[in-house]
Order: sequence, then C-alpha cells, then structure tokens
Amino acid sequence: MHAESQIREPLIIGNKTYRNITDDIIAPIEGKASKAWYVIFTISVLSFTWGLGCLAYTIGVGIGAWGSNNGVDWAWDITNFVWWIGIGHAGTLISAVLLLFRQKWRMAINRSAEAMTIFAVMCAAIFVTLHTGRPWLDYMLFPLPNQFGSLWPNFNSPLLWDVFAVSTYFSVSVVFWYIGLIPDFAMIRDRAIKPLAKKVYALASFGWGGSVRHWSRFEEVSLVLAGLSTPLVFSVHSIVSFDFATSVVPGWHTTIFPPYFVSGAVFSGFAMVLTLMLIVRKVYKLEAYLTIKHVEYMNIVIIVTGSIVGVAYLTELFIAWYSGVEWEQYAFLNRATGPLAWSYWAMMTCNVISPQLFWFKKIRTSLVATFILSIVVNIGMWFERFVIIVPTLCRTYLPSTWTTYTPSFIDIGIFVGTIGMFGTFFLLYSRTFPVIAQAELKTILKASGEAQKKAAAEHAHH
Amino acid sequence: MATKQIIHGVFGDEEPLLEACKKLRASGIRIKDVFTPFPIHGIDPIVGVPRTRIAICAFIYGITGTSLATLMMWYMMVHDWPNDIGGKPNWAYYFNVPAFIPITFESTVFCAAHGMALTYFLRCWLVPGAKAKNPDPRTTDDKFLIYLELNDEQSKKADEILRATGAEEVNYKGTLTIEPKY
Repeated sequence: MHAESQIREPLIIGNKTYRNITDDIIAPIEGKASKAWYVIFTISVLSFTWGLGCLAYTIGVGIGAWGSNNGVDWAWDITNFVWWIGIGHAGTLISAVLLLFRQKWRMAINRSAEAMTIFAVMCAAIFVTLHTGRPWLDYMLFPLPNQFGSLWPNFNSPLLWDVFAVSTYFSVSVVFWYIGLIPDFAMIRDRAIKPLAKKVYALASFGWGGSVRHWSRFEEVSLVLAGLSTPLVFSVHSIVSFDFATSVVPGWHTTIFPPYFVSGAVFSGFAMVLTLMLIVRKVYKLEAYLTIKHVEYMNIVIIVTGSIVGVAYLTELFIAWYSGVEWEQYAFLNRATGPLAWSYWAMMTCNVISPQLFWFKKIRTSLVATFILSIVVNIGMWFERFVIIVPTLCRTYLPSTWTTYTPSFIDIGIFVGTIGMFGTFFLLYSRTFPVIAQAELKTILKASGEAQKKAAAEHAHH
Repeated sequence: MATKQIIHGVFGDEEPLLEACKKLRASGIRIKDVFTPFPIHGIDPIVGVPRTRIAICAFIYGITGTSLATLMMWYMMVHDWPNDIGGKPNWAYYFNVPAFIPITFESTVFCAAHGMALTYFLRCWLVPGAKAKNPDPRTTDDKFLIYLELNDEQSKKADEILRATGAEEVNYKGTLTIEPKY
C-alpha cells in the first residue's frame, strides 16, 4: 500500500469506508431533489428559453439585431465565446495536468470540472456558430468538397485553426470524461432498484465489470489521454489568442497573447469550478470529500494564474511604451483612459487585485470569501475579453471609423441564455451522474482518509 | 470430458486479496480473473496480466493523424487550388508550413485520442448493451472477487488458500464442462 506523510492533511474527512463512499456519492441520484434545486432549475430553464428566443430572432433577422456595428464588428459574441471557452479549460487542466503531476486532490473535483468544461464549450460553440452571420452555411468551415470550384477553406487562417482546435478539444474532452464515467455508471447499475434506472445505467455503463485486465487498460488509457490532453488544452487557448494576435490591430498584435490567454483561461476556469464546487458540496452534503483543503489548493492555483495574468497586463503596458509604436501606445492609453475606461478598471480590480487577497490563509480557507471572490474573478475575466475586443475596435486606424458600442437587448438575452443553458445542464448532470469519480476516490482512501491516516500514525508509534 | 468448478473468492479489502493471489499463483493455480471496485496498484504482475500495448496503438493512430492532416493540407492548399493569401503564397508545402502546424497537431491528437478510445472499448468489449461483466454486483461497490475455474483437486487447495488469507466468502457457482479437444 502507498503510504502518505502524516504532515499532509487528509483528503477524505471522517471515518469512511468504501461502502460509505458509494452511498454518499449515489445519494443525490437515488434521493429526491430539494426545493432549492427546483427553484434554481426553473430559473435556469427560463433564462435558457429566453436565450433560445433571442437566438431564433438573431437567426431570423441577422446579426444586425446585435449591438455590433461597422467599426466594432466583434463585440459580445466573441467576448462571450472566449469567456466560455476559457472557463472550459479548468476541467481538462484538473483531470489531465494534475493527473500527470499525480495530484491526488484532483480526484474529488475532476468529474464535475470536466462536466463543466463540456457544458462551457457547448455555450462557446453557440457564439462561434452564430457570429458568422449565416449559421446555416457554417458547414463551409469544414474542408468539404463543394460546388464553388474546389474552393477550400483557408488553412493559413487562425479562425480555421480554431474550428479544428475547438472541435478536437470538445470531442476529446467528452471521450476522456466518459471513459472515467463508465466504472461509476456500473456502480449505479449494480445498485439500482428501479427497473428503468437499472436499464439506463446498464446501457450507459457499457457492460463494465471491473476486471483486472480492464482496469489495467483503463489506467493506461487515462494516462495517455492525459498526456494528449495536456498539450491540447494549451493549444486550444493559444489558437483562440491567435485569432487576435495574428491580426494587425494595435493592442492585439502581440506575442504575449498565447501564454497570457492560457493562464487567464485556467484562472477563470478554476474560479468557475470553485463557484460550482462550493454549491455542490453544500447541496449534496459532500463536505467530507470536497474539503477546505481542496478549496485552498484551488485558491493557490488562482493566485498563481491570477498573478501571471497581472504580470501579463503590466508587460503589455510596458511593451506598448517601450516599442515606441504610436498606435500601440494609443491603444493602451485608450483602454485605460478612453470612453470605456470603466471596464478596464473593473478588469484590473477583479483580476489583478482581488486574487491577491488569497495570500491570506484566512481568506483562502474561508468558504464565503472564496465563493464571492470566485464570482468576482469571473466577472473580471469577462471584462478582460471585453476590454481586449471592444475599446480596441472603437478606436482603430481611421478616426472616421471611430465609434462607440452598446449591447442590444438580444446580445444580453443570448448571454443570459447561455448561462441558463449551462445551469440547466449542470443541474441535470448533478442529479443523474456521479458528481465525484468514486472509483478513483476509493484508491486514495487508505492513504489519504482521515481515520486511516490516524490509524497508520498510531500503528507507527507502537 | 473434464468438469471444472467455478469459484468466487470474495474479499472485503485489497491487501488480503493480493495475498491470496500471490499464494494461489505460488501453488500453481491459474487465476482466471479478478474483479475490483477500483484499480489496485501493482496487481497486474501478481495476477499475471501482461502490460497492455494500447499506448503503442495510440502512437500509431497519432502518426496516422499527422500524415492525414499533412496530406489534406498539401492537397487543398498546394496541389488543388494554390492561392496567394496576404502575400504568403502556397506554391509549395514548405512555403507555408508554419501555418499548417496547428491543424497538424490537432489532427494528431484527435486521431490518437479517438483511435485509442475506440480500441479500448472494442478490446474490453465495452459497448452499449453489453452484459455486465462482473459475476457479483457487489464488486463495483466494496467487494473484491477472485474468479477461478478449477478441477476438483485444485479446488480443494484454492479453497484452503482463500479461507486462510481471509476471504469473507468462498462461493461455488456450479461447474463448467470442458469438451476435450481431439
């Protein structure tokens, strides 16, 4: 058996057995939903429906329904796309990168983080499909033989790289997630009493039995998929940043964008995971598995990535000044002091200052503070994308094209709709899927369970 | 004609299970399979499971993806309809190769990941509608099961070893008739 240092805090609180883990994780699926669940679900479905209405309206009349205009041709659509796809990065980071680093605390959070990734990428996909203006022609993004005189998509364009990157990322994330889910579905299948539930989970579990040969392949597949997903997750947001960085727009044309976008994505993704995790642990009584220590570890990642983001902002400013390029200098001056300066300072406050509060142990181990700050970080990260896109496009090379921007009712509707969709999917997921990877969690019980660690310590003294 | 006993040795914990596996193998008994609720570290050599070669498959799928993407972009951008886009002509593949790297990488990952996942599902026969492979439903919860198919003489020995190492139950699940091969 793998022994763990006594200095490390236990990852599973209390005196849990394998059976307890099974019972605790299946409880939300077997039990009835609380009133709070129905209230939040209703709100989510209503905003999702509103979003669908705005979506239908946009498809009907075209993207003139949005606040975007001749100068500001990218606005809330791309802001929301980048925001959602950034949030999606935490899931893969937790399940892949932390797996490669053998971080055991990932096991309690990876399942829900990956679910969040998948739903977030779905939300992001809505904006990219829609922003083309004629979404029914989006098949032209794929390299299909066509009737336009063998006109192929342009493989020199980062927008096309994005199509490949995002679709690869989405499909690989789904497969990675599902392979991990199979043993847990099998556990539910073997416990289910209701015939319908038994049938559904039997279908979903693909006949998993937990044979030693299958576990051996399972572990190898997980490891290799983690190895493949790690560069994938970095490549996806790098390519998203290329959409800006390979253009010739001042304020976008910078080499710092890929690392800066990736760390920003991890930063906002971890914040979103924290927001959801703090609700899930409370509502489904999973405090024994999602401990304060887990929250602290997550907050440490937030300090690191938040500080990288902060340094990137300052580097951008310094390089704009140091480059001596007037256009570049004006772009940043305009962001900080122009008509939309309030959004710049909102971003600076939320992203640079607020995560630094986590240096205080009291704050990073406080659930209330973490919950509030995790939402603040996500507001800040939304403003980051807004600041990069909108103020920059309001003031480009030709002063005669200078314009301003206000979102329309439809813009807001679609954005709120995606939040509703995300909520709807996540709430349905949390009632039908095992929210914690219980099979994996059982592997660390002996080494990281509180009671087990205590027993090991006493054993060592005698 | 030979008959074989089907024996389930059920354990409540992984250490006695590993102990039993070691002893069974030492006395020359073949362990048909072991069913556990979670992967047990280091069990493969004890039970006699060879290392899986699925990672080699993933590598082969990966380089297939690399080649397919290269071929596709060469055909579309260079061979079929070469264009000069933004002052970056595509008269030969190497002219624009930096622009082709992202998609080459994505395609490599796409093929490696999905090819390996598919191989895993088919090799383990994990498909929708497949019958549950565990002989006892408790093995996905908190029980560990050694599955044996043995003749009478070996059955006795196995029974002793299983009980001595702390099996909670030793269940006899009927016999299996094996037709001799002529």
